[in-house]
Amino acid sequence: MMDVAAYLVFFLCLALIYGIACLGLNLQWGFAGLFNVGVVGFFVVGAYAVAILTTPPHPSYAGGFDLPVPVGLLAAMAAAGLIALVVGLPTLRLREDYLAIATFGIAVTLQLVALNWESLTGGTHGRVSVPRPLASVLVDRVEANLFFLGMTLAIVGVAYWALERMVRSPWGRVLRAIREDETAASSLGKNAFACRLQAFVIGAMLMGLSGGLYASFIGFVSPDDALPTLTFQLWVMLIVGGSGNNKGALIGAVAVWGLWSGSGWFMASILPSEWGARAGALQVVLIGLVLAAVLLARPRGLIGEETVVSRGAQVP
Amino acid sequence: MTLILWLQAILDGAVIGATISLGAIGITLTYAILRFANFAHGEFITWGGYAALAALGTVAGWRDVSAWLGGPIAPFSFGLPLIAATIFAIVIAVALALILDAIYFSRLRRAKIAIAAVIGSFGAALVLRNLVVMGYGADPEYFSRDIQIAFRFWPGLRITPDQIALIAVTAALVVSLHLFLTHTQLGRAMRAVRENPDLASVSGIDVASVIRATWVIGASLAAIGGVLIGLTIQLRPSIGFDLLLPLFSAAILGGIGSIYGAVLGGLVIGITESLAVLVIGPEYRQAIAFLVLFLILLVRPQGILGAKA
Repeated sequence: MMDVAAYLVFFLCLALIYGIACLGLNLQWGFAGLFNVGVVGFFVVGAYAVAILTTPPHPSYAGGFDLPVPVGLLAAMAAAGLIALVVGLPTLRLREDYLAIATFGIAVTLQLVALNWESLTGGTHGRVSVPRPLASVLVDRVEANLFFLGMTLAIVGVAYWALERMVRSPWGRVLRAIREDETAASSLGKNAFACRLQAFVIGAMLMGLSGGLYASFIGFVSPDDALPTLTFQLWVMLIVGGSGNNKGALIGAVAVWGLWSGSGWFMASILPSEWGARAGALQVVLIGLVLAAVLLARPRGLIGEETVVSRGAQVP
Repeated sequence: MTLILWLQAILDGAVIGATISLGAIGITLTYAILRFANFAHGEFITWGGYAALAALGTVAGWRDVSAWLGGPIAPFSFGLPLIAATIFAIVIAVALALILDAIYFSRLRRAKIAIAAVIGSFGAALVLRNLVVMGYGADPEYFSRDIQIAFRFWPGLRITPDQIALIAVTAALVVSLHLFLTHTQLGRAMRAVRENPDLASVSGIDVASVIRATWVIGASLAAIGGVLIGLTIQLRPSIGFDLLLPLFSAAILGGIGSIYGAVLGGLVIGITESLAVLVIGPEYRQAIAFLVLFLILLVRPQGILGAKA
């Protein structure tokens, strides 16, 4: 029984960490209509930022400043935001698919950087011994996980509250107006490019935060964390949950991560162990079929976008 | 000596660029006619390559047919079996494209959210690639393990007969495609839909057959590209996915919708990658295509041969 509870805590930590990235993707896609196919790039930049800043000094790698984890998390957000700014500036004025291709490219490039810039990233071995906050106080594994869950819940809560405020503000309304009809919004004097760029950068910062939390929670980060499968999983989470709805993003994250972990466990228990790589492949195929089914049968997701009415507006 | 090194890199880049072109033509046609960035296009390359591999395995196992088709035709490393296998690869890739369109992409396009087709294709790409992993495992495969002796010519450059065949096949395909688009009824219809789908539709053009033709051409060229990669390099389940960035870069660099643009873009990307490997080493090879793409989007987003929107 304790085992199940301990696993549940571990599971929820990861699901909520992905939930933060999913909230970021929801701001970009669900509200601003920006198509990011390189979510994992922003995620992994945050993960490495935390790893490089918070680990103890290492003889052969740069960084290792032993900084507190919260400082690392802030840096993770800044790094991911900065990359989003660089990618967004030339591409957000162009056709929407160009952003998709450019973000796909930045994710591939960052994966190569993670693999090859050994003095900074540790190469294929990655950076290990990334600390958790208050690691010296919380020695017990279960207590440490419980504390991390509480902290992640608090961060999710703050992010959720802030995003709900933002999308219900005039800025959020402009964002949706641009998504629906850019020409109309522009003709009313709204700066579509600036609003898009803001949404893109803020969304990317949440992805960086998610990556940073992940590195701290798991304790290490390697180029395997930069694979496009994660981008795909996050998209499935958002689409299953319902894009354009922050609750949907979180519910989708928990549901799809549950499906993913469950199918992995199920396949490991029924398939012979020499299937290794093939079982992993089958898992991706299954999740892909879930995405296809949801896209075709219920494109609005479990809970679709809700009608948002401004505070103080008269509802007939 | 160094000059020869550079010239050799340009030559090798052109060979890779030719295969990139074959994929980029499909990308650019899908983008211009069906109006979405198809992330699953790379998988037609992978599936084509592996379908040929499967066919070769069957033919080689079936001794009489194999003997009848004969061994390699000198100086190439391949013979009639590979040509037969290529036809099988084209059939498989075309069938895959048409089935995907019928049960999946056509419905996503009808949903009127252009991007649903894009994320749908991204998902389809991962599924298709992992199906190959399930069937063949992740290790590289080869059509033939024989080492080919390269021709040497002035001033010490090397090229293998297979590579020459690759360039010749690509050139022949590009010219035939150009003639098809300019001289046949269906080709003209495709260009009309590319320019203005609504106008084409009210002019009595059968848009459904144009869509089918687009998939057939794109998937066929991709399958041939997959076979050529298997012939000159090796097959891995990730070849198509790894090529996506060069393919998109080539299509955008050349100008979306332009066949010759895609070929030009493919050659530029291939040669740039090859030269960059000399300067900064092979580690960042894949990022080169992204860098070229980024610069193009900054300076001339409509591409070299594209009309200004």
